[in-house]
Amino acid sequence: MKEPVIQINLDDLEQPDTARLKAQEPHVPASDDTEEIPSKIILRGLNFHYGKSQALFDINLAIPEHQVTAFIGPSGCGKSTLLRCFNRIYALYPKHRASGEVILDGDNILARGVDLNLLRARVGMVFQSPTPFPMSIYNNIAYGIRLYERLSRASMDRRVTWALKKAALWNEIKDKLHHSGTALSGGQQQRLCIARAIAIKPEVLLLDEPASALDPISTLKIEKLIDELKHDYTIVIVTHNMQQAARVSDYTAFMYLGKLIEFGATRLLFTNPAEKQTEDYITGRYG
Amino acid sequence: MSEQFITSIPSVSPRNHNHVTWFDSLFAGAAWFAAATVLIVIGAILFVLIQGALPALYKFGPGFISSAHWNPVTENFGARVPIYGTLITSMLAMLIAMPVSFGIALFITELCPRWLKRPIGIAVELLAAIPSIIYGMWGLFVFAPLFADHAQPWITEHFGTLPIVGVLFTGPPLGIGLFTASLILAIMVIPFISAIMRDVFEATPRVLKESAYGLGSTTWEVVRHVVLPYTKIGVIGGVMVGLGRALGETMAVTFVIGNAHKLSNSLFMPGNTISSTLANEFTEAVNPIYTSSLISLGLILFLISFIVLAVARALLLRLQANEGLST
Amino acid sequence: MITATDLYLYRKRRLVNMASLTLSMLATLFGLLWLAWLLWTLVTQGIQYVNWDLFTQTTPPPGESGGLSNAIAGSLILIVLGVIIGAPIGIFAGTYLSEFGRGTRFAAIVRFVSDVLLSSPSIILGVFVYQVVVIHMGHFSAYAGGLALALIVLPIVLRTTEDMLRLVPDRMREAAAALGAPRWKVIVSIVYRAARSGILTGILLAVARVSGETAPLLFTALNNQFSSTNLSQPIANLPVVIFQFAMSPYDDWQHLAWAGALLITFGILLLNIIVRVFLPEPERQR
Repeated sequence: MKEPVIQINLDDLEQPDTARLKAQEPHVPASDDTEEIPSKIILRGLNFHYGKSQALFDINLAIPEHQVTAFIGPSGCGKSTLLRCFNRIYALYPKHRASGEVILDGDNILARGVDLNLLRARVGMVFQSPTPFPMSIYNNIAYGIRLYERLSRASMDRRVTWALKKAALWNEIKDKLHHSGTALSGGQQQRLCIARAIAIKPEVLLLDEPASALDPISTLKIEKLIDELKHDYTIVIVTHNMQQAARVSDYTAFMYLGKLIEFGATRLLFTNPAEKQTEDYITGRYG
Repeated sequence: MSEQFITSIPSVSPRNHNHVTWFDSLFAGAAWFAAATVLIVIGAILFVLIQGALPALYKFGPGFISSAHWNPVTENFGARVPIYGTLITSMLAMLIAMPVSFGIALFITELCPRWLKRPIGIAVELLAAIPSIIYGMWGLFVFAPLFADHAQPWITEHFGTLPIVGVLFTGPPLGIGLFTASLILAIMVIPFISAIMRDVFEATPRVLKESAYGLGSTTWEVVRHVVLPYTKIGVIGGVMVGLGRALGETMAVTFVIGNAHKLSNSLFMPGNTISSTLANEFTEAVNPIYTSSLISLGLILFLISFIVLAVARALLLRLQANEGLST
Repeated sequence: MITATDLYLYRKRRLVNMASLTLSMLATLFGLLWLAWLLWTLVTQGIQYVNWDLFTQTTPPPGESGGLSNAIAGSLILIVLGVIIGAPIGIFAGTYLSEFGRGTRFAAIVRFVSDVLLSSPSIILGVFVYQVVVIHMGHFSAYAGGLALALIVLPIVLRTTEDMLRLVPDRMREAAAALGAPRWKVIVSIVYRAARSGILTGILLAVARVSGETAPLLFTALNNQFSSTNLSQPIANLPVVIFQFAMSPYDDWQHLAWAGALLITFGILLLNIIVRVFLPEPERQR
């Protein structure tokens, strides 16, 4: 049982931790590393609605730069919805609405007049199931690059090769660059999608359950890849697999019913959770 | 890693990018306009038909619908004969087509071995692809003579003497007429109705059918007590779609109906439908009131088929909504 | 315990079942009988008149020999005109319904009205184009015929385009948008590409449908005894030639009508079979 805290109003009774967070600017929680880690994205009072139903409630959070941050929680807890706010991909659908602030490098990306296409070029995303475009492997990678850059043939070749190597796919497909991307295996398709996302050199990489549709070997490859990529990118990953979160992430956020319950360094959160709900979840008592 | 990693996004010239957003709105605008074109076209059709029909409707009043006169010389026109012909041939066609289509749909969904499903499905669909003018030619040159020589005298002899209904089968064996037109129409709409019936039958949840079979029901009992009640709205919707086609069909009917502006009790006598009247007379109509009367016929046909389609759509939509609820 | 009455009842049920299933088989045979009979008639009546002259000579006056070259060429011109006018509008309108107007009232109305247009009697479309175009031009023309056919092409292409675009999963659109692609680019380079065989199917089916259409051409393109490529003049076309020649009392003309009927039917059947065999069915893409 948790110690009673001094309660101010009903909202705080339901989410005592948020009350504490609200009082100050969201910051990257303490780890035992001594140096302070700068934050890449800061969420302030983020709410999200699908039509009339609310999916996220007053989220305050800071995503550390060049680290892997994982969002865990039972399905329907809003973790994927939260991820979709970082590049405003939800804006494709008229009835999806986010309010509050999502601050990327000091600018609120929820503000009016933000160019969504430029935003998405800065914040890349990989989806739950692989989505190769119906074109060759080469063109799958080149598609995103051509949107914003005019490259010579040679430098385009170099860039495509670079992205495929970076995504640990090069050795498997270097002889069939001009074959269709849809003919690859599931794991290869997903790495193709990661290569496609990093080829345009985003600053942030969002991964929405990137390994949930894959076999264990492919999953392992993707996890190794995430570990390598974090030196260059700020990575945010959503996963329903707690072991995966524990393996790949530096920071973990636990969400439940659209609310952020706890956020902390992964090692601390999994060994010594501060909240009862977090403990219940990671010990498998629900979800 | 041949290339040095850069974290900033590649530079994008603002002018280039403005062009992109501007093109986005242009594209969406063009798509919207194309969609709106459909509404404009149907509006224009209604407007043109009403405008063209007004002189005749004004001159003849509501009596236009009930009058059986059609005399270009005295300029006295009434729509009764073609409306009667249109309704009778369509109804009779549905009477023939409904059970046959049901049988075909039943065969394809419940009886047919797997390997035969696709060929039969395609064959039935090909029947729908054959242009109506071909049906018309075939009806006039192949079916009508055979019918007149072999079937018609026999039918007239055996059924023509029956009380009340007997009169339907009287008359000289011409081969052409309302009945032949109905039969050709039936053959033409069978593929449409059976395709829709097949689709709605196949939409019946497996569990429902399996639990009925599990109780020891025969195939027929499953269809009769499970599939049909479950899909009845869709079946009616499919029948309405077929009816809509039969009402508006022109060429096949024009060949075999006989094109006579006479009201006749017998199904073996020549008649006329709205569409065949239009096909035969529209380009020959010289004076304005004649043309206007023909356009009035067109307007009536348009409204009838609109109503039939609206009902069909409403029924099929309701079936979809039900399915949505049950899954 | 199964009693004698039960067995009697069961036998009766089996009998009813057998009878109904037999009837359904007979119904299928009945339906297919007409197809076979029709094709048989076409081949036996038409094949003897299909020769080289059919494709090289123009339609003759009664009593002379000739071919259908002008009608074949005219039909092709009219079909191309109809597709050029109708297909782009249909594709764009289908794009609107699938990509921009999802769930809106406007889209629902457009979808319904498009169905109305598709199922409205084709002769009405002929009357409409006659009143709007032919009267104002003062004479029949290929343009008018093409426009009448376009009114049939439009709703067919609209329908199939919308259906095919909807089959493209949303995650494909999201993946392209997540790379920073603007919306038009997502649609043109990803969604259209994924659905292109489906859209092509729609256009081919529309071609198959309009190439036999007679009623809307009677009042618009009419006919022309000679070869003509002047689009503002009446133009010969197979369906109307078949109609006029078949209804004529001259043997030569009737023979040409049968040959034309054979050509047009097998052309359309071939197109339908090509579509079914070589292009994926919508169901299989799901």
